[in-house]
Amino acid sequence: MSTAGTTSADPTMAAQNYGLIAAFDTAPALYHAAEQVRDAGFRRWDCITPFPVHGLDKAMGLKRSIVPRISLAGGITGFCTGMSMIWWTGAYDYKLMVGGKPLFSPMFAFPVSYELTILFTAFATIGGMLVLNGLPMHYHPVLKHDQIRRGMDDRFFIVIEARDDRFDAAKTRALLEAAGGLDIKELEA
Amino acid sequence: MAHVESSVPVPAILQEVKPAVLPRAILVENNRSFAWITDKICGIIEGKTPAWWWICFIIACCVASFTVAGITYLIATGVGVWGHANPVNWAWDIVNFVFWIGIGHAGTLISAILCLLRQKWRTSINRAAEAMTIFAVVCAAIFPVFHVGRVWYAWYLFPIPNSNWIWQNFRSPLEWDVFAVSTYGTVSVLFWYVGLLPDLATLRDRFEAAGNKLRSFLYGLFAMGWRGSNRHWSNYEMAYLILAGISTPLVLSVHTIVSFDFAVSLIPGWHTTIFPPYFVAGAIFSGFGMVMTLMLPLRAVYKLEDLITQYHIDCMCKITLATGTMVGYAYAMEFFIAWYGANPYEGFTFINRAFGPYAWAYWIMITCNVITPQFFWSKRIRANTALVWILSIFVNVGMWFERFVIIVTSLARDFLPSSWGYYSPSIVEIFTFFGTFGVFSVLFLLFIRFLPIMPMAELKAVTPQADVHGGHDQR
Repeated sequence: MSTAGTTSADPTMAAQNYGLIAAFDTAPALYHAAEQVRDAGFRRWDCITPFPVHGLDKAMGLKRSIVPRISLAGGITGFCTGMSMIWWTGAYDYKLMVGGKPLFSPMFAFPVSYELTILFTAFATIGGMLVLNGLPMHYHPVLKHDQIRRGMDDRFFIVIEARDDRFDAAKTRALLEAAGGLDIKELEA
Repeated sequence: MAHVESSVPVPAILQEVKPAVLPRAILVENNRSFAWITDKICGIIEGKTPAWWWICFIIACCVASFTVAGITYLIATGVGVWGHANPVNWAWDIVNFVFWIGIGHAGTLISAILCLLRQKWRTSINRAAEAMTIFAVVCAAIFPVFHVGRVWYAWYLFPIPNSNWIWQNFRSPLEWDVFAVSTYGTVSVLFWYVGLLPDLATLRDRFEAAGNKLRSFLYGLFAMGWRGSNRHWSNYEMAYLILAGISTPLVLSVHTIVSFDFAVSLIPGWHTTIFPPYFVAGAIFSGFGMVMTLMLPLRAVYKLEDLITQYHIDCMCKITLATGTMVGYAYAMEFFIAWYGANPYEGFTFINRAFGPYAWAYWIMITCNVITPQFFWSKRIRANTALVWILSIFVNVGMWFERFVIIVTSLARDFLPSSWGYYSPSIVEIFTFFGTFGVFSVLFLLFIRFLPIMPMAELKAVTPQADVHGGHDQR
């Protein structure tokens, strides 16, 4: 993510502030709070959940993931790799007649190309997912929160970044409180 | 569902489909909380290593040493130490290979096909089943790799440039198999790892809270900084779905290609078009047998009855019953086609299977694979966990014999009576195969000790309190 002009909306904010984090005890509470944050027009914010909450993407206003496009590119690459490898090795680089069969045919090249399609798709899917998520990530301010451990266990959080244009320490805190957020804290960057 | 609205007369079809209201099976019993799930599963890893684990681990290591001994002797002496001789040049090595690969298939079936079919009951067993897949592929790979004889040339199986300038023969199903099995192993590991990612983050944080720096670091390394962000989950869920989507054709293609090893040849009893579906059904059958063999003791030892419920056991028994019956149908159909096809060699092969020198193996196969699963029709038997476990072992034995019958009987009695023979395994082969159960057990024991045996994040997602749309809100 590019840091397009990191001018905080509130000049009184400490420069080291990453944003605000609010906790929620249940999935429905998080879901409804997320809808409110989305409707307030925030863009740089996130939910922390211990499991993928069904429907939360919509509540957050997220677009459909673009992982499938990367997968498709991987799959096409895999299939072409298989076909061209078998043609190049058998019909071009070292022609060897075996059993009177043709030097190249898409028929016998198909099983290997099929497997390579799947192999390359798998690598592209996982690689694409990791790149889109910015993983592996050595450090993230959210992980410094002393309660974040429960975000991998049984609690839910909403994080709103100070970089967001609509961020205002007092107003955003009030929004999170009104949405049912508990233990609202500032996160260090 | 969009309604078609037009003035054009439409055929008399239902305006809308009203799905029957089915009671939703409870997948996590006793209304357990999210924290209970985390504590239960992480507790297995965080607790003291139980005594039974060490006992099992030591026994498993001893058993695994048989494979090491068998393979060492083979490398030191030559592949002739196995019992293969004309006409049976493929025997226990490929039997064991197909057996182990088949076992792996249930893992992928549970994780991929049941995921696509939205069978949420898979969540509690999929992690262990995927682990089983990977370890089974490891055991399977031992046999073809060492059957090449000079194992240090095993890399010749892959199209890597070598000093002979010659390339692999891609017309051969054996070369297809190299790609199928290596892709299968790789994708299984990737799929497993992606599933583990959020759970590793949970363990990282728990070990950090407990002050165990080393383990927190190691789990954290593999968790790659996962922080439960929903922006991440969005991509993650999509990636997981795609992996499930590609693993499904993968698992079907792998055993199809394994069956091509036989079906593409001209040997009577092998050269049949029924092989791909028949092998796939058999693989799923044996795999579910193995899943039950492994999961039922784990469920008892770790008291996981709330997570692996009777409903799960019922489902697994029913799949075993269905696939076992398909396998039985395939056995019958092979006989029918042998008669209907009017090929004297084919006809002889099948009569010979049932009544020839290997009739003992054939009838063990029929008993274990066709008769054993029929017990699962009874609800009372499915509810008797000990009996289900014993029956699952019969399934494993039966499926090993299936591969033995197919491979050895066809080769021992081929076209020319002058070349007929009788194959018996040598002690080295028996050791090597026996030891693979140890290899598998060692890996599986390490898995249950150091990794979460159930996907915590996925289990939480199927609990009633994970539903954000009310109705089931418990708190």
